[in-house]
Amino acid sequence: MHEMSIALAVIGQVEEAARRAGDVTAVHTVCLEVGELAGVVPDSLSFCFELACAGTVLEGAELVADTVPGRARCAPCAHEWAVGMPPSLSCPNCGGGTTDLLSGRELRITSVRWEDGGTPAPTREPIVEER
Amino acid sequence: MCRVVDLQQAVLARNDETAHALRASLAARGTTVVNLLSSPGSGKTALLEHELALARERGVPVAALTADLATENDADRLARSGVPVKQVLTDGLCHLEAGMLARHLEGWLPDPTRLLFVENVGNLVCPASYDLGETLRVVLASVTEGEDKPLKYPTAFGLAHVVVVTKTDIAEAVAFDEAAFRANVERVNPGVDVLLTSVRARQGLGILLDRALAAAEGAPPHSPVMARQAVHGHEHGHGHGLGHEDGHGHGHGHEPHHTPLPSRS
Repeated sequence: MHEMSIALAVIGQVEEAARRAGDVTAVHTVCLEVGELAGVVPDSLSFCFELACAGTVLEGAELVADTVPGRARCAPCAHEWAVGMPPSLSCPNCGGGTTDLLSGRELRITSVRWEDGGTPAPTREPIVEER
Repeated sequence: MCRVVDLQQAVLARNDETAHALRASLAARGTTVVNLLSSPGSGKTALLEHELALARERGVPVAALTADLATENDADRLARSGVPVKQVLTDGLCHLEAGMLARHLEGWLPDPTRLLFVENVGNLVCPASYDLGETLRVVLASVTEGEDKPLKYPTAFGLAHVVVVTKTDIAEAVAFDEAAFRANVERVNPGVDVLLTSVRARQGLGILLDRALAAAEGAPPHSPVMARQAVHGHEHGHGHGLGHEDGHGHGHGHEPHHTPLPSRS
């Protein structure tokens, strides 16, 4: 069960991006691509993510995981196929083993939806100390 | 205001960067890492005990680091070979990460070490996702585990540079179907070598050491299909080991946070 480690890595990267942005007050959604062959269980990852977000700027954030199916292409005969699970990585057309994996190993943060203090400027009048 | 930010970052980018940096810093001191993965009880320790003793006999400077959730039993066994051994207790964590390995090597890894064998936590799920800076990834399965093990754990077997079958002395007693096992390995990792070993029957002994030495000499390891996904954007290497002919994993303009062999006081 390494989903907790993965969840912590996701949170760490989003926190870092939020720090760089400077004025993020809350994170609403984190979108991930999870390949079929990434070796990660999305449900388990969501569970760990919820727990690990507590006390961070991501508290209450939703994790949206898009599963990416595994696809491969045979280098010699150019046949393309869905590899399935468990995957078949030899070409079903010519039997060749020089296959390129086109997708399925993704484990990446694609986008984040957050709340920041950027434009438009706050509607309230600045207090004296901010002038 | 509410804003959608396009991040496009590989979740394990930091581990992969640390692993790349560790691989490079170890290569600079002449050390090659072999990462051993298997289920608990597959016989990693028994085979390694033998290979370490053989390396010592041959005068090859080797060391071993073994990771477990608890106990120093494996380190005690491996230390009988007379080579430097370190036990890492993960306190419940199911896998090693590159940064953890780097910290444990700091101040311990003897100079010179030609080969460093890392016996990962007994687990075929989690360790598969973490590059430790190894040049050779070896996945083991004993004959008692069933011929469909490679299909049940496709990520582990799919990313192996070499697959080792252990305990072949009892293959007949447990009706191990070698052809079925080989076909299943071939399905998830076409072209990978499957080596048969038995410490008790002295079958295939020395072969792991020979493979490790060949990798250390620069022989290109097998290139698993699963490690060959074309990468795009900022994503860092899925590949393990050296020989990234597609050149990914370096120079993408990431922030420099490489910490090869960070020190811990």
